Amino acid sequence: MSLPPLVEPADELTVDEVRRYSRHLIIPDVGMDGQKRLKNAKVLVVGAGGLGSPALLYLAAAGVGTLGIIDFDVVDESNLQRQVIHGQSDVGKPKAESARESIEEVNPYTTVVLHKERLDSSNALEIFDGYDLVLDGTDNFATRYLVNDACVLLNIPYVWGSIFRFDGQVSVFWNEHGPNYRDLYPEPPPPGMVPSCAEGGVLGVLCASIGSVMVNEAIKLIAGIGDPLVGRLMIFDALEMTWKTVKVRKDPEGEPITGLIDYEEFCGTVSDEAQEAAADSTITARELKEKMDNGEDFYLVDVREKHEYDIVNIPGSVLIPKGEFLNGEAFGKLPQDKQVVLHCKSGQRSAEALSALKGAGFGDAVHVGGGVLAWVNQVDPSLPAY
Amino acid sequence: MSVSVRVPTILRTYTKDAAEVTAEGDTLKAVLADLEANYPGIQARILDDSGKVRRFVNVYVGDEDVRFADGLDTVIADGSQVSIIPAVAGG
Repeated sequence: MSLPPLVEPADELTVDEVRRYSRHLIIPDVGMDGQKRLKNAKVLVVGAGGLGSPALLYLAAAGVGTLGIIDFDVVDESNLQRQVIHGQSDVGKPKAESARESIEEVNPYTTVVLHKERLDSSNALEIFDGYDLVLDGTDNFATRYLVNDACVLLNIPYVWGSIFRFDGQVSVFWNEHGPNYRDLYPEPPPPGMVPSCAEGGVLGVLCASIGSVMVNEAIKLIAGIGDPLVGRLMIFDALEMTWKTVKVRKDPEGEPITGLIDYEEFCGTVSDEAQEAAADSTITARELKEKMDNGEDFYLVDVREKHEYDIVNIPGSVLIPKGEFLNGEAFGKLPQDKQVVLHCKSGQRSAEALSALKGAGFGDAVHVGGGVLAWVNQVDPSLPAY
Repeated sequence: MSVSVRVPTILRTYTKDAAEVTAEGDTLKAVLADLEANYPGIQARILDDSGKVRRFVNVYVGDEDVRFADGLDTVIADGSQVSIIPAVAGG
């Protein structure tokens, strides 16, 4: 399937631009016409993170005339393993600003528009309107569904990529010409079932593998060349080094998208059960330290995975991963005559485990809000955060 | 019928880290039941409590999504490949 070019060509390229883009211009499929279309294109990149970093750099280098960036986050040292648009001196700086500085260095002819607000249902349509194409590299389901629905409503093609550990998925959703994201995944997984990159990790260079395919598709759509990845899903396995392509179809049972909804509620961040369990049973890292200093007799359980425990752990904690709470194996390992205190990395997983634990009759159990990261932050800054 | 099943990273805790396993069965339902017999717990990550494929997981036989074939009754030919593709949101 080929599609007509998404963008009308700009009137001309300057002498400097011809020199800069010469390796594109001498490809017959791109040529002056394709490069002028790139110059006229307005592309919005949601998230200047793992996927957004290589995508923004290559879109800029390719000569996309206007790049919008939505990101409300600041650069953290743990981003630098994969977010190559940011550097050491950018730590603490808003990602959108850091990304703009890198883009200006790569291509001064690209106009950068920053959107530093948090994207939500109240501002998405307004922000997206006027862009030719949206490229999404965010890290959560709520934003994925929001971006999809807004793109459907505005009839904008949605270049989508997603990564986890060594696995990547990439596709183009364009409701007018093929399926949208909801046709592929009608509903998000319940909170807690699918780990995020912050919980499960991601191979840094995977961002480039998937991000480069996303840019490749954006360029093709803008210039109207080749077969776009509409209606196909590519699945990359970096360990086996395989790319697999499967078909994506419109879901005949799919509900039409008529407006934006509350996506936090649609996706949930912590399950209702976990929220309820944690409501009156959350202690702070400092309170945990006090319990230790007071010599209280309790049983501290770390519900993360072993490789996380090896990075950093709270002294005296026993490792029993969350999965053992969900399948019930953990309960036999716990003392009946002591209070059980759970913690994880940042508090989500321990809330899920706490819900299961209370269900098994451990009524006085509590968990540590903010997890080991709060411990490092508030109690022992000499320990590493990850 | 013997088929190979591609297991995504997030379900490899059930398959002792194997990315590909073999299973027996004439239909997808039988293949998943055989998978469950060898890797307890994995089926519940693919099917919901009412036995339907979860809405955030796609199961492909070859390059076709079984939601657009016969679902769990989709006939599995000998030597075909079943792929389990879950939604992930990392970026």
